[in-house]
Amino acid sequence: MSVHSDKVLDCKGDACPMPIVKTKKAMDGLNSGEVLEVQATDKGAKSDMTAWANSSGHELVQSAEEDGVLKFWIKKS
Amino acid sequence: MSDAISVKELTKKIINGDSVFILDVRNTGDFDDWKIEGENVEVINQPYFDLLEGIDPVMDKLPKDQPIYVVCAKGGSSEFVADQINEEGYENVYSIEGGMKAWSEHLEPVKIGEVAGGSIYQFVRIGKGCLSYFIESNGEAAMVDVNRMIEQYEDFLNEKDAKITHVFDTHLHADHISGGKKLAEQKNAAYYLPPKDAEEVQFEYEKVRDGDEYKIGETTIKALYSPGHTIGSTSYIVDDKYLLTGDILFIDSIGRPDLAGKAADWVADLRETLYQRYKELTDDLIVLPAHYMTIKEMNDDGSVSAKLGVLYKENHGLNISDEDEFRKTVSENLPPQPNSYQEIRETNMGKVSPEEEEQREMEIGPNRCAVR
Repeated sequence: MSVHSDKVLDCKGDACPMPIVKTKKAMDGLNSGEVLEVQATDKGAKSDMTAWANSSGHELVQSAEEDGVLKFWIKKS
Repeated sequence: MSDAISVKELTKKIINGDSVFILDVRNTGDFDDWKIEGENVEVINQPYFDLLEGIDPVMDKLPKDQPIYVVCAKGGSSEFVADQINEEGYENVYSIEGGMKAWSEHLEPVKIGEVAGGSIYQFVRIGKGCLSYFIESNGEAAMVDVNRMIEQYEDFLNEKDAKITHVFDTHLHADHISGGKKLAEQKNAAYYLPPKDAEEVQFEYEKVRDGDEYKIGETTIKALYSPGHTIGSTSYIVDDKYLLTGDILFIDSIGRPDLAGKAADWVADLRETLYQRYKELTDDLIVLPAHYMTIKEMNDDGSVSAKLGVLYKENHGLNISDEDEFRKTVSENLPPQPNSYQEIRETNMGKVSPEEEEQREMEIGPNRCAVR
């Protein structure tokens, strides 16, 4: 299923900590309530993105894995 | 720029008992599940994503007068954070190379003692608590409970200039992926498994039976059937001096009978092995298990071993006289099962062949093969 996203961030091929660094930066450019879709291939992103969203107060709306690509939809608080 | 330290160097410091301060920057869930431990190790956790814009959240917890070692999952974020700390004026900051992944895989060889015509070594996989063995006599060698990272054993073998003839597993492992079959193939050695654990195994292997004896140079290795952790679990007695117990008996705990889904069936076997079969052996045997759970079980030289007679006095699991209480201890309120233990068993049977990266992920975390 697909979730509406206002912006897509490509972090495929990036190793930790870059997916979070880039996501954080991209979130700064969004308005409250907008959704960022992050695509990553680093397996560690799975638990880190969840933990980061929790600690930063943003909402991880959904996550999925398609053909080895991890996708996260994060709603800005 | 911060410096880097290898897991080998870090292992030496921890075994030496040096005071070591570690900042673990993985997310808190992963940290709580599994972390670096040691007698004089202090470890704190602050996820790297809290430290991207500065180290304020941990500033007052960092020591000024000793080195700071930073670790993450694979070594990328720790380098990033170590640089941040360094920029704040801390001189002695090191990123642990390869992170917890490398920590999980490092094998440290420790000499245990002499055997006829040679010696016996224990490989301590400090990040996971797995122990494997190398027995060498007159240029021939056997290995027991080999882990997946066979390159590290090969480097050691090249140094020792010994020819491997036998590779044994004490049982079908559920907490780590065996390197036994692969090493045996590469070295043209025979790979031995207890047949009762190997009914579903998809490859050729040699069957180990109770009482079988193997000559390695001048040394004799004798198989002793000792079920309970698994139905096939077999111990190996080397030169009537060392008892390799596999996952049946540890230094401060005993094996759990539930990892193949048969706790109730195997409790009686475990009881018989620990309270009868092993009891008939001499107290002077040096017990060499396939695991340890905490650093407290480690001796000052980094080895994990103790005399059987001492364990019969001090190990709680060997001193539960009431059979019903024993059954409850080993089958109720057990700790969580090892991560991915079903997939690991299937890999060890040759039913599935995951990529190396996937095998690594499957093994992440503590071993949890014991009950206390």
